[in-house]
Amino acid sequence: MPESARTKKLLGFYDQMLRIRRFEEAAAKAYAGGSIKGFCHLYIGEESIAVGAIANLEKQDYIISTYRDHGHALARGMEPGSAMAELYGKETGCSKGMGGSMHLFDKDLRFMGGHGIVGGHVAVAAGLAFGARYQKERSVTLAFIGEGAVSIGGFHEGLSLAALWKLPVVFIVENNLYSMGTPQYRHLSVKDISMRAEGYGMPGKRINGSNVYHVFEEVRDAVNRARSDHGPTLIEIITYRFRGHSMSDPAKYRAPGELELKKEKDPILVTHAELLSIGVSEDTLKAINDKNKKIADDSVEFAKISAFPPASDLHKYTYVNP
Amino acid sequence: MPVITIREALNQAIDEEMARDKNVFIMGEEVGHYNGAYKVTQGLLAKYGDNRVIDTPIAEEGFAGVGIGAALTGLRPIIEFMTWNFSLVAIDQIINNAAKMRYMSGGQFTLPMVFRGPQGAGGSLGAQHSQTFENYFAYVPGLKVIVPSTPHDYKGLLKSAIRDDDVVIFMEAEKAYNYTGEVPEEEYLIPIGKAEVKKQGSDVSIITWGIMYFTAMQAIEKLEAEGISVELVDPRTLRPLDSETILSSVRKTKRAVIVQESWPVASFGDHIAALVSREAFDSLDAPVEIVSGEDVPMPYAFPLEEAALPSVEKIIAAVKRTLA
Ligand SMILES: Cc1ncc(C[n+]2csc(CCOP(=O)(O)OP(=O)(O)O)c2C)c(N)n1
Ligand SMILES: [Mg+2]
Repeated sequence: MPESARTKKLLGFYDQMLRIRRFEEAAAKAYAGGSIKGFCHLYIGEESIAVGAIANLEKQDYIISTYRDHGHALARGMEPGSAMAELYGKETGCSKGMGGSMHLFDKDLRFMGGHGIVGGHVAVAAGLAFGARYQKERSVTLAFIGEGAVSIGGFHEGLSLAALWKLPVVFIVENNLYSMGTPQYRHLSVKDISMRAEGYGMPGKRINGSNVYHVFEEVRDAVNRARSDHGPTLIEIITYRFRGHSMSDPAKYRAPGELELKKEKDPILVTHAELLSIGVSEDTLKAINDKNKKIADDSVEFAKISAFPPASDLHKYTYVNP
Repeated sequence: MPVITIREALNQAIDEEMARDKNVFIMGEEVGHYNGAYKVTQGLLAKYGDNRVIDTPIAEEGFAGVGIGAALTGLRPIIEFMTWNFSLVAIDQIINNAAKMRYMSGGQFTLPMVFRGPQGAGGSLGAQHSQTFENYFAYVPGLKVIVPSTPHDYKGLLKSAIRDDDVVIFMEAEKAYNYTGEVPEEEYLIPIGKAEVKKQGSDVSIITWGIMYFTAMQAIEKLEAEGISVELVDPRTLRPLDSETILSSVRKTKRAVIVQESWPVASFGDHIAALVSREAFDSLDAPVEIVSGEDVPMPYAFPLEEAALPSVEKIIAAVKRTLA
């Protein structure tokens, strides 16, 4: 890729990562103020994965995610106002206020939800890929999975079926080193999760997530493989979450100094530094940040002025034909 | 008498039983180093070590099965589900293995174990995290099902559950861990399968369990202010069910209102309503009423969640219908 095209792409990634970061900071504030309730899991520190991976997708592709889904939704192009309104439980939200932070859905974007039961969405990802191939759509499914999910049955069954049927799906394990308060060495007998791919009969790789462009390239190969009907891939991406597991977790389990050290590898800082080094001006980068701050503020404003769904909607979505 | 939270009552019960019997151990996600997702197991790892307070990966079917195997060897496992929503991936172990092993082996094996954890609406947690599951387990022969209400009952019943030689499903209320009540300093047990009349009254019987006890008590306060005398029966254990205490209350008041957080269709409330209608038919002056959660997955939007749950107003209206 000529240097200028790469720079352009990197600027786009920087913009998107900041969109997510500023959005979630605004969400955290709203949560502290009581406007957002329940469980709210922030993606802060992990933005490079969603942005780098999803940049490879086409319109007809599917995405499915966990409860930590804000980043994936925004990277796919969800309107920040629609996402924020969902967090506020408003009817202008992407799921009409019925889902909340953990359950963002958007049919037009083929964003097939944030899911709350660990491992529960993995086989569903295989099913999306199955459905797309059945209909000869040439579409690829990206499934985002936490590293804490690799011990549960649903993960194994989903990957086994996807490999057996060579389904066009890419499983991305976002290894942020913790499953709630449990570090990986206390819940897993192996260090390298990607190694498991071999047992299922699919390629696997383990990459570092702090460089968004690197994530983009590594996932691109797997997406191309899936799109050309060569089957699924398992990619483990090492990352780190800067906040607690959810808003109610004080995250006291981290080793002293660990967070500060990891923040030096903040994917946004890494990209910022790279952009400066290739000649992009500090002013340009600041303008991108300011724009995204405003987008986040506007999303909050939109959520605030939106209405809750009416009580008469309580039974509206249970059945197609009640 | 000391006033403590339900969380503390549970912690005391587990602590006392672990001190009493070295075969008791507890296993589940975040029960050790994190001291429990809801802090029920606070301090237990430090006190008993990681041989007996065991953190697991997210693998409910796996660790439920490990608990069952360990129980077959004579240990007394307490298996904690972070919430009962996550037990669904383990329900095969509970129903096909735990509930049937004794029967299928012609009584050779017993499984002295407890599956426990919180359930119900925790407050804006959405459809997958706000469910009430006692019906799923009360349906199954081979399981005992306890759904306590007050801190006093939580403690006495959990101790009995841990000492019981059968498989006990012990269901806590996620929203009630901070609720407080009097709990005696000295040791006590509450027998499994015994209901309690928590309040005497003469005009109508409310039959309710778990967290709905508190909602019902608020309704009762208002009803009594209007001169309606309400009796509250808390079965505490749904299986085996203390039918006699329920029936004798209904025979006295001649009216029954059942209050449950769960969905209305094919529910435990229906089971009690059928029992009352069949066994106390001649005493009834009004059809049996059931107040349930609305028949929908839980919505996230705050006003809708409120509308989906049983409320003081809904209970008062149901009581008044029986008196109309
Ligand atoms: C089957 C199941 N068990 C337990 C939980 C509770 N739970 C929610 S998230 C989580 C930790 C998951 O960690 P990981 O997979 O690493 O994802 P991360 O949160 O780090 O993104 C747990 C235990 C659940 N949602 N589903
Ligand atoms: Mg993790």
